[in-house]
Amino acid sequence: MRNWKKVIGVAAAAAMTVSMLPMSVFADDAATFKIGGIGPVTGPAAAYGSAVMNAAQIAVDEINEAGGVNGAMLEFNPQDDEHDAEKSVNAYNTLKDWGATMILGSVTSAPCIAVEAEAANDNMFLLTPSGSAVDCITAGDNAFRVCFSDPSQGTASAQYIGENGLATKVAAIYDSSDVYSSGIYATFKAEAENQPFEIVAEEAFTADSKTDFTVQLQKAKDAGAELVYLPFYYNEASLVFTQAAAMDFSPLWFGVDGMDGILSVEGFDTSLAEGVMLLTPFAADAQDDLTVNFVAKYQELYNEVPNQFAADAYDGIYIIKAALEQCGATPDMDASTLCDAMKTAMTEITVDGLTGAGMTWTADGEPSKAPKAVVIENGAYKAM
Amino acid sequence: MKKNSKIFRQNLITYGMVIAAFIVVQILQSTGHLSSLFTGLLVPICVYVILAVSLNLVVGISGELSLGHAGFMCVGAFAGAFFTKCTQDTITMVPLRFALAVLIGAIAAAIFGILIGIPVLRLKGDYLAIVTLAFGEIIKNILNVFYIGRDSNGFHMSMKDQFSLGMEADGKMLLGGPQGITGIPKNSSFLAGIILILITLFIVLNLINSRDGRAIMAIRDNRIAATSIGINITKYKLMAFTISAALAGMAGTLYSHNLATLQASKFNFNTSILALVFVVLGGIGNIRGSIIAAVVLTALPEMLRGLSNLRMLIYAIVLIAMMLFNWAPAAIDWRSRLKERLKHSRANGKEAA
Amino acid sequence: MSFLSYMINGISLGSVYAIIALGYTMVYGIAKMLNFAHGDVIMVGGYAALTMLLNANASPLAAVLVSIVVCTVLGITIEAVAYRPLRAAASPLAVLITAIGVSYLLQNVVLLIFGSNPKNFQSVIPVPDLKLAGGALMITGETIVTIISCIVIMTVLTLFINRTRTGQAMQAVSEDKGAAQLMGINVNQTIALTFAIGSGLAAVAGVLLCSSYPSLSPYTGSMPGIKAFVAAVFGGIGSIPGAMIGGILLGVIEILAKAYISSQLADAIVFAVLIVVLLVKPTGLLGKQIQEKV
Repeated sequence: MRNWKKVIGVAAAAAMTVSMLPMSVFADDAATFKIGGIGPVTGPAAAYGSAVMNAAQIAVDEINEAGGVNGAMLEFNPQDDEHDAEKSVNAYNTLKDWGATMILGSVTSAPCIAVEAEAANDNMFLLTPSGSAVDCITAGDNAFRVCFSDPSQGTASAQYIGENGLATKVAAIYDSSDVYSSGIYATFKAEAENQPFEIVAEEAFTADSKTDFTVQLQKAKDAGAELVYLPFYYNEASLVFTQAAAMDFSPLWFGVDGMDGILSVEGFDTSLAEGVMLLTPFAADAQDDLTVNFVAKYQELYNEVPNQFAADAYDGIYIIKAALEQCGATPDMDASTLCDAMKTAMTEITVDGLTGAGMTWTADGEPSKAPKAVVIENGAYKAM
Repeated sequence: MKKNSKIFRQNLITYGMVIAAFIVVQILQSTGHLSSLFTGLLVPICVYVILAVSLNLVVGISGELSLGHAGFMCVGAFAGAFFTKCTQDTITMVPLRFALAVLIGAIAAAIFGILIGIPVLRLKGDYLAIVTLAFGEIIKNILNVFYIGRDSNGFHMSMKDQFSLGMEADGKMLLGGPQGITGIPKNSSFLAGIILILITLFIVLNLINSRDGRAIMAIRDNRIAATSIGINITKYKLMAFTISAALAGMAGTLYSHNLATLQASKFNFNTSILALVFVVLGGIGNIRGSIIAAVVLTALPEMLRGLSNLRMLIYAIVLIAMMLFNWAPAAIDWRSRLKERLKHSRANGKEAA
Repeated sequence: MSFLSYMINGISLGSVYAIIALGYTMVYGIAKMLNFAHGDVIMVGGYAALTMLLNANASPLAAVLVSIVVCTVLGITIEAVAYRPLRAAASPLAVLITAIGVSYLLQNVVLLIFGSNPKNFQSVIPVPDLKLAGGALMITGETIVTIISCIVIMTVLTLFINRTRTGQAMQAVSEDKGAAQLMGINVNQTIALTFAIGSGLAAVAGVLLCSSYPSLSPYTGSMPGIKAFVAAVFGGIGSIPGAMIGGILLGVIEILAKAYISSQLADAIVFAVLIVVLLVKPTGLLGKQIQEKV
């Protein structure tokens, strides 16, 4: 046997021994509520996960400065999942070893489904800030979410367009390789049949070819679309607007919550997004104290304008705080006991947050809050 | 005869290593010395070990660069998970159902292996590599637009969206395009993984040391000489390619029954590349090396979690460093000199004693 | 009319693939290695130019020049540290894997420096859009510049390789490193120069890619990198005119597949066409048929 194999073998064995030690033996004595965060901090979806982790940390620090929850401090531990279901479960297990009794995550849908299956099994309380697929919270009654589910967004968008008579000919462009985008589009299409408009073009793109949208736009243009529905994230949307402007195509644009953030893409010519409508529960330039305070803090710490992922996460921590207070939880409760208490508490609380006032939850984990439609005017969001 | 017994001993060490690892882990687990993270990593490690060994059959033994191995894993994962979803209510004996799922995953991947192998193996070198990459991407792309549902009238299939299935109200989605398959029961276990690794090793090691295996290696070493002594190139190349695909399919089924959700987007170029990294880092053609490399590289990013932000950066640096250490001629020289010196000092020590 | 417009879109997209593929094929042709980190060098080029434009208020030309310098230095460093020690390794796959490691490294370094949020890249191309047929057809200034750059780079590279002594040395190294060494050619220097040129081209490609598709994130380079690899193989790896033709064809096929067959299956169709082409012409469109020696 060659030498290096021994070297690697020894290194691996050493690494593994360390990892095999149950981490809970290192748990510190000052009792805290341990919240584990799971989301992509590296990889192509890193922008979304980073926003969640940053905002959650802000909320945790705020709460701790104000004296914590039920007399105990909160502790937040963010773990990277690279937007991959397998890595997300690894992150979840790491957090379990750390002693987490609650999970804020996963940020993206597919990994969240995998983590929720594990968490349901362990009866661990899980609150996903932005996992919008229906299945993210269906594996057990332990899971809740902050954002709207995909179906509720798709249906709400179709209804909004129909009821306000925004257009009669609608085109849609969506990411057929993405759970979030195709999930919203599927329900949009279903609801469109009940609405007084017609879908004249439905064009897809995939994660592997999301730089050029000229064909999709050309088809929408040729089909005479007055409104184009864009159920995907702001990064791709910024390209769509640029390319549409270049081909003199200026229909009404209608986006979903993933579109929020478009105005803060560094260097983006916001005039291209003029008149874009979107359903989003959060607008970074809203004038209420809560938003102003949060946005200022976020900008100071991370030098960026927070997007809707950040808002969901910030709310998420405050929702956890409200539920902990409601059930009078103490940090010495184990995960399962705490989860049972939180389940009941979640259905009893009402939270005013960045992403909605008077948010309540049903036992199936879905939030109830009003979708807000905003329009971009003069480079800023304006409520419609 | 002497050579045979040496091979036998070497193979025995490989099997022994796997079984020993299993026993150690079992003991640690039963005494509660295993962290949740490591317990959760056991099945993925088995998956990547099988994947690495199967790819080594193509890259190391058959000498062809394949960049689309994740495609076969994808086929196996979906076929197996689909079978399980369909028979969840009819076959209630979990080990039997899982065994059947693995078998179906392997067969489905093998069929794709043959279908893809026939055209692909006409090509050589980097051109072959890119065509395997292309097939891997095609499989992923097509699965992403596949919708299958089942209701009281039987199966419905569409390549458009879930509404064109036209299902009755009692219909259930089995395969939902980019959403893939969700709600797969967690049937994979470390024991199942170890059994599959042993099966994989048995197949691959026996093939290598058989007449067929020697023919495959003869083609790798000198294609023209092999043809001239009457070896059927296509047959042997296809044999290695198909077996490798079937084993990758097996790994896929194991993978899909470990997580509640399965998306085709997982099986992209990066996953194929990852498998190749295992093979090359562990030593091309070196089965035991593949196993070690797969274990180390699967565990490494998780071990580095303490570094938070710097995690993937350090991972990349460690990967480059390990490659240079293992492969650079200068590093190899340095290691053999070191080894010599160690031997020397040990011999001196013995003499002195 | 819509067909013509799709063709123009296809050529625009293809020209971006082509300019990336030129750098790819240059390195492959001489150093005989698939540099999977090429796409990430492009991304670094984009960030270098962006930083100059936004933070140093540099003129576009200065930004491009700085970007070229940054990428050239980066290319030479990568080659010296990560690739050169493995040149004599037992298998050519070793350096391929190291290239992947370098690709991860570049992505993560940029992620740490610039963060994960995508940045919008303002086009540096001052050329106005060209409108034809009363505005129904339009060729963007970016496309015009990209195609002209492609042709210029292709011509200059071909001339350089065939007509200059250094170019001849490169060809010699690509044919047989050992023999080239015996002929008094400094192999290390020649390959380093190849990487310098290839990475400099990557910077140009990065700026043009970002000008045409103005969104820049640490992962911007990886997909175009793979597409350019496909384009390079399409045209015959190592063939400089082949890379350009391969790139443009790839773009046109991608757009036409999206337009006329299925926008969901466009990727699959592109790869299927690639497979068919390679089965008919196993060394790509313009690749050299290498006879096996007994």
